[in-house]
Amino acid sequence: MSASTRTSATQLLDNERFWRIFVWTVLLVGALVMFLPFLWLLSSSLKTELAIFRYPPEWIPDPPQFSNYVDAWTTRPFAVYVRNTLVILLLNEVAVLVSASFCAYGFARIDFPGRNVWFAILLATVMLPGIVTMIPQFVIFSRIGWVNTILPLTVPFFFGGGAFNIFLLRQFFRTLPAELADAAYIDGASEITIYWRIMLPLAKPALATIAIFTFIGTWNDFMGPLLYLAKDPNKFTVALGLAMFRTAFAGRTRWDLLMAASTMMIIPVIFVFFVAQRYFIQGIAISGLKG
Amino acid sequence: MVAEAQRSKLPWPRTRRARRALTGYFFISPFILGFFLFFVGPALVAAWLTMFDWNMIRPPFFIGLGNFKKMFADDLFYQSLKVTAYFSLVSVPVGLVLSFFLALLMNFKTRSIAVFRTIYYLPSIVPAVANAVLWSFVLNTEFGLLNALLDSIGLPKIAWLQEPEWAMPAIILMSLWALGATMVIYLAGLQGIPRSLYEAAEIDGAGRWASLINVTIPLMSPVIFFNLIIGIIGSFQIFTAGFLITGGGPQHATLFYVLYIYRNGLQYFDMGYASLLAWVLFFLIFALTLLVFKYVGRYVYYEDVGS
Repeated sequence: MSASTRTSATQLLDNERFWRIFVWTVLLVGALVMFLPFLWLLSSSLKTELAIFRYPPEWIPDPPQFSNYVDAWTTRPFAVYVRNTLVILLLNEVAVLVSASFCAYGFARIDFPGRNVWFAILLATVMLPGIVTMIPQFVIFSRIGWVNTILPLTVPFFFGGGAFNIFLLRQFFRTLPAELADAAYIDGASEITIYWRIMLPLAKPALATIAIFTFIGTWNDFMGPLLYLAKDPNKFTVALGLAMFRTAFAGRTRWDLLMAASTMMIIPVIFVFFVAQRYFIQGIAISGLKG
Repeated sequence: MVAEAQRSKLPWPRTRRARRALTGYFFISPFILGFFLFFVGPALVAAWLTMFDWNMIRPPFFIGLGNFKKMFADDLFYQSLKVTAYFSLVSVPVGLVLSFFLALLMNFKTRSIAVFRTIYYLPSIVPAVANAVLWSFVLNTEFGLLNALLDSIGLPKIAWLQEPEWAMPAIILMSLWALGATMVIYLAGLQGIPRSLYEAAEIDGAGRWASLINVTIPLMSPVIFFNLIIGIIGSFQIFTAGFLITGGGPQHATLFYVLYIYRNGLQYFDMGYASLLAWVLFFLIFALTLLVFKYVGRYVYYEDVGS
């Protein structure tokens, strides 16, 4: 690139009019591209089996086949899958919120020898790929008879609730002023009382962030249920049920029903996102930047 | 009485400092226990298993370095490494640059930022299974969205999931749909850069390009570095797309490393070999992270190093 073209290119960037058009065009086209698969999903989920295979595809299903949703929901016992997922979810939420905040309190508010070493180990486990322990964990869990139960998907969360969550809460606890606990110390309160009565109520925004990430993580998890629950259709989670639903119709793929089922699986996630958007953004800010 | 005597012998800490240490370890004990039970323990079991031939039914049979020999002679092992490296080498840099670029543009449109941020972010929270189902239809040769779009601008249709050379680009494209997760991290970082720095740059006669090079990129380098590390580690763990959409095919073109571990462990029940593959993955990611820290980390600019 010669010097003159370079200057003219940067000059163009500094041209207010050009810049505004450029930014708007890119962002709008990008947004359209990002949104198109969602529209496609929704549109396909409302098509008849025949309309699915029409080419070129029509964007507006005519007439909209709402019964796809009913059919998808009842062809396989999705209500059971939802219930199974909710049981795991409830256990994991309790486990993560209590266990992670408990550990985070220790890391954030108590000074003890070896703390920094353990904190370094904590950070390392955030980075470590969980996939590595997949095989040996499966071996151990099958030895102790935990395969075909929800135990492998829930019990580990009671032990710290995930390194990332501890890290996030620890960052939050450290922002709280030390004086908050002083009065309680003078009254002779124990650390557990201070953690449970003073710090935990103040950490509600951070806890909300973690609760949301745990919801998304559990609802979306596929590998865990695939390893431990795939043998018994009565124990399927929604993710596993949807994966198995792909091959539910011998020889042919019912895209219409698959799209309806996928839409139903996505809706709760998007709903939670919209309800709790500010906690999402908060979590991202804490995790990504203040480390 | 006996219990009483016993208790008094317990080394209950008398100093305040020792009591404090005990309290500290009490609080972090769930993490420590979990670390040994669910990470160190399994990792050691895996290390031990690497020396055995074991299908979980017959008793384990010691074969020493047999699994290593098998691995070095295993074409599919090399194939899965190649496939994963290909995915990582393309999807991580492209994703990093694209999401950074989008975050930059969005940061200028401060008023409509929330709307754009939402639209770009949503794909990244779509459940992996729903994502796989949706994309296997989007990528469908005859009736898929992508080919319909190509067709409408006069390009030929592509058999995305049937052609070995197109399957990987298709999965990379699909992974890029979720770049919003990286983008919002950049966006949070960009909003933390003080306006005064840009104003100072402007007074010095810097235009948009010069501010980007001299202010934004240096100040954002820790965030870029963070996303790079997270991106590399994440890309090595891709599984669901290969498992559900392509089944590792066509002709092993999308046989991702984790998918190959899964097959050896949970389909062929070759636990020794699968454990070895898992350890190899661990060392690869570890080595790669160290290399990135060593060779890329030095370019990261930390604002408060001096203070």
